[in-house]
Parts: sequence; structure tokens; C-alpha cells
Amino acid sequence: MGERILSVEDLRVDLPVPAGTLHAVQGVSFHVDRGETVCIVGESGCGKTLTALAVMDLLPQRAQRSARRLDLGSRSLLGIGERAMSDIRGSDIAMIFQEPMTSLNPAYTIGNQLEEALLRHSRVSRRKARDRAVYLLERVRVTAAAERLKQYPHHLSGGLRQRVMIAMSLMCSPKLILADEPTTALDVTIQAQILHLLAELQREFAMGLVLITHDLGVVARIATRVVVMYAGQVVESGTAADVFAAPAHPYTQGLLACIPVPGRTQRGARLGTIPGMVPTLIGEATGCHFASRCAYATDACRRNGIPLDAIAADDRQVRCIRHAEIAAGAPAHAPEAVS
Amino acid sequence: MTLAQARLSPDAPAQPLAEARGVSRTFQVSGGFFRSRRLLRAVENVSLAVQPGEAVGLVGESGCGKTTLARMMLGLLAPTSGEIYFAGQASGRLSRRAIARLVQPVFQDPYSSLNPRKSVGSIIGLPLRVLGEDGGTDQRRRVEGMMERVGLARRLYDNYPSQLSGGQRQRVAIARALITRPQLVVCDEPTSALDVSVQSQILNLLQELRQDLGVAYLFISHNLAAVEYMASRIAVMYLGRIVEEADTGTLFRAPKHPYTQALLASVLTPEPGLGVPETHLGVSYPNPLAIPPGCRFHPRCPRAMEICQTVPPLPVPAEGDGLVECHLYPPPPAARMPA
Repeated sequence: MGERILSVEDLRVDLPVPAGTLHAVQGVSFHVDRGETVCIVGESGCGKTLTALAVMDLLPQRAQRSARRLDLGSRSLLGIGERAMSDIRGSDIAMIFQEPMTSLNPAYTIGNQLEEALLRHSRVSRRKARDRAVYLLERVRVTAAAERLKQYPHHLSGGLRQRVMIAMSLMCSPKLILADEPTTALDVTIQAQILHLLAELQREFAMGLVLITHDLGVVARIATRVVVMYAGQVVESGTAADVFAAPAHPYTQGLLACIPVPGRTQRGARLGTIPGMVPTLIGEATGCHFASRCAYATDACRRNGIPLDAIAADDRQVRCIRHAEIAAGAPAHAPEAVS
Repeated sequence: MTLAQARLSPDAPAQPLAEARGVSRTFQVSGGFFRSRRLLRAVENVSLAVQPGEAVGLVGESGCGKTTLARMMLGLLAPTSGEIYFAGQASGRLSRRAIARLVQPVFQDPYSSLNPRKSVGSIIGLPLRVLGEDGGTDQRRRVEGMMERVGLARRLYDNYPSQLSGGQRQRVAIARALITRPQLVVCDEPTSALDVSVQSQILNLLQELRQDLGVAYLFISHNLAAVEYMASRIAVMYLGRIVEEADTGTLFRAPKHPYTQALLASVLTPEPGLGVPETHLGVSYPNPLAIPPGCRFHPRCPRAMEICQTVPPLPVPAEGDGLVECHLYPPPPAARMPA
């Protein structure tokens, strides 16, 4: 597509826990181009949120981050120090969190918080900052924008707060927005409205957007490319069209079979399931992380670490040594987790 | 008299297990420091019936009153006006135990709805003890039988909730609800707190139990795909009113109320290329503390007319044994009901 905004290679996050070291993110690589929406999808504990926090250098203090490469445009973010990083946060990269109430300061007005984002990062007058705040509130379709500036976060509904968060993230015209489950706490109609707005603004401002979610419906509708994570690793990636048309990893296939789709799933017919549980990420693991829940696992799957292989053009990758056989119709068996 | 009542003529074959007849519920809420208390109208003049063996879906967004209605239909909350009937008898004349024998709940959050200091066996057996069906060793046998039925290993009998996964906890909640063989289970967002792959296991289990035990469900959710999969009839709530009710097929094929249409349009199915739908709803948000005059949906309604701002619509009969409450569907002159 266009200019590369973010390149992440071999990102790792380790957390010390009483039982040892929790390898929460294990060599995650992805990239975002200008105007692209990349969705990182996975279930709780797969490492998707820590991946975003690692990019922002906002990990919990005891967490250890390492990466072969972490570039914003042509600039490396590795070892640049907290001072330089805090200049980048909010200006070049903005973040939108799941629960807007916890990310807005209850003691300051909306206007104060919106303007601060700009005043902190560039030399503009308060007046200019206020004008931009009003402009952006109107852009995210907040009614009576000028009056809203005097209100406090608790005056606003959840959907309105999330609109304010989006406006705040745009104050400094960032190159990249990282949104972590931005609509999970919202009602369905409001979720659709917010996602519609995000997609529109992202096109208009030609930003890169990384959206972290557990909801495959959201991914299908908004993603240019998809990164599927399982137990700390990327198990599959590709364009949304490719991944949804022909999911290559048994985990992706399983996830898609789990969700009822109105008009497609017959009422009362059995939904797909993924037996067993996510393996612990504490200590060293060998073999495929998904093997114990996989209906195609063989001894070879449990022996060695499985590489993420390119399987076609367009950054299509999968971490499964049997993906070709599975696509060709290899027989499934009962996974280990069941027996 | 509303339609839901009219359908239940005295010569109907079976009494509904639980029936709300014109129930309302208000709450006094604090207006804040030095401010007068305000009246929150959570549910206003609503009628809904669940027949034996039926699965009724109740959908709506946060604050629409669906949980308040559910608590009234569990006999946990008395209506401010109107009456709840259990198997044809007014709730006021029934003991707490008699109601509990008939109706049991499964709540949303399996982390807070189970007592952390009681073992799994003790939690599941509690309703037996409360209802005086405690039979010593017989109780253990019944609890283990039910654990097996809901897919919990017997060896978990002495474990505590903190040792279980989210899915296992929700199985405990389901086993506790079913141990006394109630005829109706009220499920309030039973899968919302669970991961996608676990959600499908719980939905499958609820379907199996319905087929095997003939239990009826009142299934409450904001997830329309899950409701479509579970329920044979659906009621849509908006700010305290049921605005549309129909059998599931009809409702999904031909939604009548503009709110139902927006809700269905907001369901993000995993189909790439369709984009995020435009709901055509305004930016105002429903607030149960400030219910608009006329039709309560009019400030968000893309098809609002002048009459909608002042005159509340009346429920009229609709296709699929249903009703709809919207000025776009005026009642036939002969059947016009008194306001």
C-alpha cells in the first residue's frame, strides 16, 4: 500500500510471576502502512493488549520488553528513553482504550483534557487549541461541541465519552492510532456508530489504525489485514478477505465455527467448539501451543517449535506445519484435550 | 389490555410459566449532593409471557430495563404496579420457595455470582437444601449427576470457584439453576463475560438441556446473534417498553420497528467486504432518567414524524404472532384500543 508507519519484529514481553517467568508475548511481528487498518484478534490472555502496550512502552514496570525491531516510520523506538517516548505518545501515536471512563480524568473538564493533548506537544495558543477541540468534537458528531468543553466526563454517556476519546486521539494529527477494544463496553448500535466513525476518520486523515479486539465480526467489517494471536504468538495473518474466506490455522477455523451467524447458522444446531484450555505460558514450552486442542495434531506438532511460514503473497502467513494437508482435507481426530 | 394478554385467552391449552401483565417498576435515584431524588422508570406497563418449553429472547441495550424485567419474572423484585403470574397464580400469593421451585436464574458474571468460600458441590446443592430436599448422601448423588449433565468432571466436587475457568464457573451456575428441575430458567447475559470459544460451549449446553429436560428459557442478551440462535420468540425492549415482539424468523426477516431495524443492522457478522453499517441513528443516547415525550425512540429515529414527538404509540398486532409499537403502523380503526 503506502508508506510504512509501524514495523514490529520479534517483539517479546516477559512478566515475572511467583511460579517463574510468564512469556506473554513470544516473538510477535506485524507492520502497519499508511491508511491501513490492522486488527489483532484473539481471546483473553493471548497477549494482544500487552503487544499494544509494548509498542507504546506502557508495560507494567516489572515487565521485560525486547524486540529485534520496533520502528515508527524510519525512527527506532528501542532504547530512546522515557522523555523521547512521551513526546511520541499522543502526538505521533495515540491510543484509545476500552473503558473511556478510566482513561478520562474525572477532575478536569473535557475541554481541558482535549486542549492539553495539543498544548503538551506543540507550541500553539490556548485559543487555537480550543478551536481545534471544537472542530474535532464536531467531526466526531458531538452535538453542542462548544458547551461540551465545560462539562466533566461523568456528564457524558459511554458512547459520547468514546467519541471524546477519539477526538482527543486526533488532536495532534497522529500517524497511528492504537485502539484496544474501543467498542467492547458499548451497546451494539453505538458500537456500529463508533466503528463507522473510526473507519471514516481513518480514511480521511490517512492514518494507520491498529484495532485490538476479540470480536471476529468487528474484524471482518473493518480490517484491511488480520493478525490472529493465540497463547502469545501470531498463528495466522493475511488480508481480511483471505483469512475469512479460507482460514488456514485450525485455531482460526475453530474460532469462526464457534460464532452463530444469523441467517447462516441453523437455530439450535450445534455450534463449533474448541475443546480444552489455553496452555500456561509460564516456563518453556515445546511444540505447537495449540496442539492439545487441535483435531489435526500429530507427534511432529508437539516436538519442536512451529515457525510462522509465508504461504502466499500479500503477507499471508500461518504457524502450522500441516496447513497444506488440512486445506487438502486431512482427516480430523479427537484432540488430546478431550481424551 | 395488551396483545400479549389477549393471546392468552382463558381457554389457552397451558398456563404460561411466568407472565408479566402490565408491570411497571420505578426506582428512586439520588440526584446528587443537594439535589432532589429523581424517579427512574425502568419498566413501564410491559406484558410478556413464557410458555412451557419455549425459549423467549429479550433484547435491548443497557438501561432498557431488561434486567429489571428479568428480576421481576424471577420473583426477586416486586413490580410497582401490575402483576407477575407464575403458572397462572399471582406472585403475591405464592411463597418465595414455590416460585424458586418453578424459576431459577443464571447470571452474567460467573466470577461474582458464585460464593468464593463454598465448594462447587456445596454451591450446586444449595437450592436442594433451601427447598428442603436435602437427603444426605442422596444430595451428593444428585449434585454429581447434574455436574456430569452439564459437563463438569465429578472430581471438581470439592474444588472452589477460584480454581475454575470462566466456562466451568458458568457450568456450575447452570447446574445450580437446574438441580431442582425448574421449568423455567432466566438467563441474564449468560455468555457475555466469556471468550468466544467458551461461549459456544455454553450455548450448545443450554440447547441440549432444553431438548433433554424440556426446560423453558427467558434468554436475555444484547448479542442478537446469540438470541437468534437460542430463542423461538423475541421481544425487543427500548427504554422500559417492549417495542416489538415476534417469532424469531419473522423478526429477523422483516423487522418492523425502526429500532429493531437498527439493532439488526448493527449485528457485525464475520463477512469481510460488507464494511461497518450506517445505523442512521442520531447521536443522542437513551437515558432512562429523561425519557422523551411521545415515542421514546423519536430522538434517535431516522423515520420520526411530527406525531412521534407528542403522542406515545400504541401496540398493534403484527405478523408472526407479534406486536409492534410505532406510529408507522397505525392500529386498524375497528380494533383501536383506548389510550
